[in-house]
Amino acid sequence: MRVVLSNSSGVPLYRQIKEQIGAAVLAGDLAEGATLPSVRALARDLRISIITTNRAYTELAAEGFIGTVPGKGAYVLPLDSALVREQLLRQVEEGLQTALDAGRQAGLDRGQLLEILDGLMQSEPDRTPGGPARDE
Amino acid sequence: MTSDLAFALRSVGCAVGGGFALRDVSFELPTGYVMGLIGANGAGKTTMIRCLLGMRAIETGEAELLGRRVPGPVELRQDIGVVLDHTALVGDWRLTEVERTLRPFYDRWDGARYRHFLDEFGLDPRARVRDLSRGMAMKLVIAVALSHHARLLVLDEPTSGLDPVARDELAGIIGDFLLDEEHSVLFSTHITADLDRIGDYVTLVHRGRVVRTGPKDEVLDSYRVVRGGPDDLGGTDGAATLVGVELIGLRRTPAGAQALVRAEEADLLDAGLLVERPTLEEIALHIGSEPSGPVGRRGGRSGAIA
Repeated sequence: MRVVLSNSSGVPLYRQIKEQIGAAVLAGDLAEGATLPSVRALARDLRISIITTNRAYTELAAEGFIGTVPGKGAYVLPLDSALVREQLLRQVEEGLQTALDAGRQAGLDRGQLLEILDGLMQSEPDRTPGGPARDE
Repeated sequence: MTSDLAFALRSVGCAVGGGFALRDVSFELPTGYVMGLIGANGAGKTTMIRCLLGMRAIETGEAELLGRRVPGPVELRQDIGVVLDHTALVGDWRLTEVERTLRPFYDRWDGARYRHFLDEFGLDPRARVRDLSRGMAMKLVIAVALSHHARLLVLDEPTSGLDPVARDELAGIIGDFLLDEEHSVLFSTHITADLDRIGDYVTLVHRGRVVRTGPKDEVLDSYRVVRGGPDDLGGTDGAATLVGVELIGLRRTPAGAQALVRAEEADLLDAGLLVERPTLEEIALHIGSEPSGPVGRRGGRSGAIA
């Protein structure tokens, strides 16, 4: 497993861990059933606090990415879990909301917004429809 | 498990002398975590540790250590590894003699473990205590603590005098120790960088009192650092223009003014000021430069309190 923490990104450490592990699961780099280091081992290895690491794992578990066994460790849950899909849908909604807000300021109507969306979808390289688009 | 607290001090007070005293000191650590005790030199960190370990009598309040009331039975010592500022080991001893001398005091002394840690920490068993560098001496005392299976490590200023490499090693040693959920660590420091990352809980002390204690993120969230021009933050005459905002440890230079404020008061500040989440370093700096307050000794330099 690969977790690279930035001290200057302004993003809290727990969120960096959560996002990186979450992204690795979605990208298939961490396969279903793969074991993650225990909270305490990861805290030691990253030289960060146990509370911070625990928060990342707790949120990953709540979002359906990982399961935890008290006193043992954590493992990657199957990707098609409903919770993960829900999480992705939430990201889609958030992204569209941002687009809507910007669109309102720019005075775009529904048709213009849909036109932009269609344009973006057409210019995408061949990606499986509905597949996770994580690039930023 | 006897208690889910590694230790607790509750309203502890004791006179130290020279007008210095601990007053109403309360803080506690859940089992399984690391707490940093942060304060300037002379803030009372070592005295608090001595009260907790039963090395100094408590006049008011009470202390609890690994589920036992302090002063506890002598056996309690088996469970605690203490690293104080000055090593109590005789300089002439070789590291093998350190073991021979200390072993009888501990029921669960583990010689193989001692040799393992000397090896892991790169300490030569034939070396003499006095020839060890500060970092190596620190590792030796930690090796001793780990060799008698302590559940709580108490380290007083473990990182002062250590170079960055040795400090990182110490963070790794603490991390290893905490792999066991029954283990806890308390360490005092005036180097906040040690705690920025590995600290689960922090307790900020100033002039014998606890200013703030809790999970590190909550402590960080409870303050804001505010910066402005030289005439901001109450003006050069220190006039109280900021009603309802206490400027903690105000520092004013010809280029600008900076202070710490409580997060809930930050909304009352003028919009033109820069308000940011502080680092532990900034919190320690401003709290440490506060004048003594109601019970104080000397007044601070420019602590205009609105």
